[in-house]
Amino acid sequence: MGTLYRTRAQLRDIGALAAASLAVGASFGAIAIAYGLPAWVPVVMSVLIFAGGAQFLAVGLLAAGNPIAAVLAGLLLNARHLPFGLAVADTIGTRWRDRLVGSHLMTDEAVAFALAESSPTARRRVYWLVGGSLFVAWNIGVVLGVLLGGATGDPDALGLDAAFPAGLIALILPSLRDRETRLVALTGAALAVLLTPVLPAGLPVMCALLGLLVLVRPTTRNRRSSPDAPPLTAGPAESARIAPVRPPSVPTPDDVSEGDRC
Amino acid sequence: MLIAAILVLAVGTYAFRLSGVLLRERLELSASLQRMLPMSAAALLAALAATATLMAGSEFAGFARPAGVLAGALLAWRKAPFVLVVIAAAAVTALLRLAGIE
Repeated sequence: MGTLYRTRAQLRDIGALAAASLAVGASFGAIAIAYGLPAWVPVVMSVLIFAGGAQFLAVGLLAAGNPIAAVLAGLLLNARHLPFGLAVADTIGTRWRDRLVGSHLMTDEAVAFALAESSPTARRRVYWLVGGSLFVAWNIGVVLGVLLGGATGDPDALGLDAAFPAGLIALILPSLRDRETRLVALTGAALAVLLTPVLPAGLPVMCALLGLLVLVRPTTRNRRSSPDAPPLTAGPAESARIAPVRPPSVPTPDDVSEGDRC
Repeated sequence: MLIAAILVLAVGTYAFRLSGVLLRERLELSASLQRMLPMSAAALLAALAATATLMAGSEFAGFARPAGVLAGALLAWRKAPFVLVVIAAAAVTALLRLAGIE
């Protein structure tokens, strides 16, 4: 995406995302009030937790008088931020102030926007721009929603529930051009969807990391059969080259334990 | 109790975020693992997009939302601007719902 992307176009894109975030924030505020929670609850949650999905999940459970379930479900849903942190640590920077603030600004969108950039400078700029503007837009939206009370309508009527996944898809499309990344991501996504009906919220998305197994298996076998094999970093061509000589599949102890982990 | 629950969730969420950022420096990652980091982020984001498209809670979300997302995804694939992708997805879904299709 990098070079084709002009600054103005990028600001417009981030503006669109912020506008959608403001609208969803407003509905979050309004929903919390409609649940009968005190006005400070959605505001404090949005400033301190700053994770939309977990907030919607938690507010429903809090209103139902189940705070322990609210905490556990919210934490499960946000566990994905740990691998996100690993992926964007270099982007956020090494200064303590940057790490402490940048970590709090971490959202799915900021990570996706940053990873869509190829140069480290652009990554860093876009991460902070998206993280900062979403934090501002989300919190203003929540306050507006609280003030307007039940007046803010159903975000589903505006189709906003489709806006976010579509935006995510647009952001990850460029990285899916790499064959291995595509395999891993699509396998992970399929696993997550299949597991959603049977696992508690948050776990299916974490199970998408098992998609990495499609990558590990052929290389491990290859290394066992020929010690001189090139390392994994050799690129997409490598696995294509290995595939035809892969021995008939025999489950190894590794495979079994990885399958059970989920 | 309410404030305690909110604080625990806030601190826990922040701990997940910060520990990933801090662990990255402590971990001596091999080249292949370093290559897998952006891949795992892509897998998590793809899984988020797929579940947010198809599922509402633990059930199928209906047709309006996936149809809207599909419209957006097609535009994204044809390299349409991001704004257009987001607006088209929301508009298609909203119109389908207006027409009574869930």
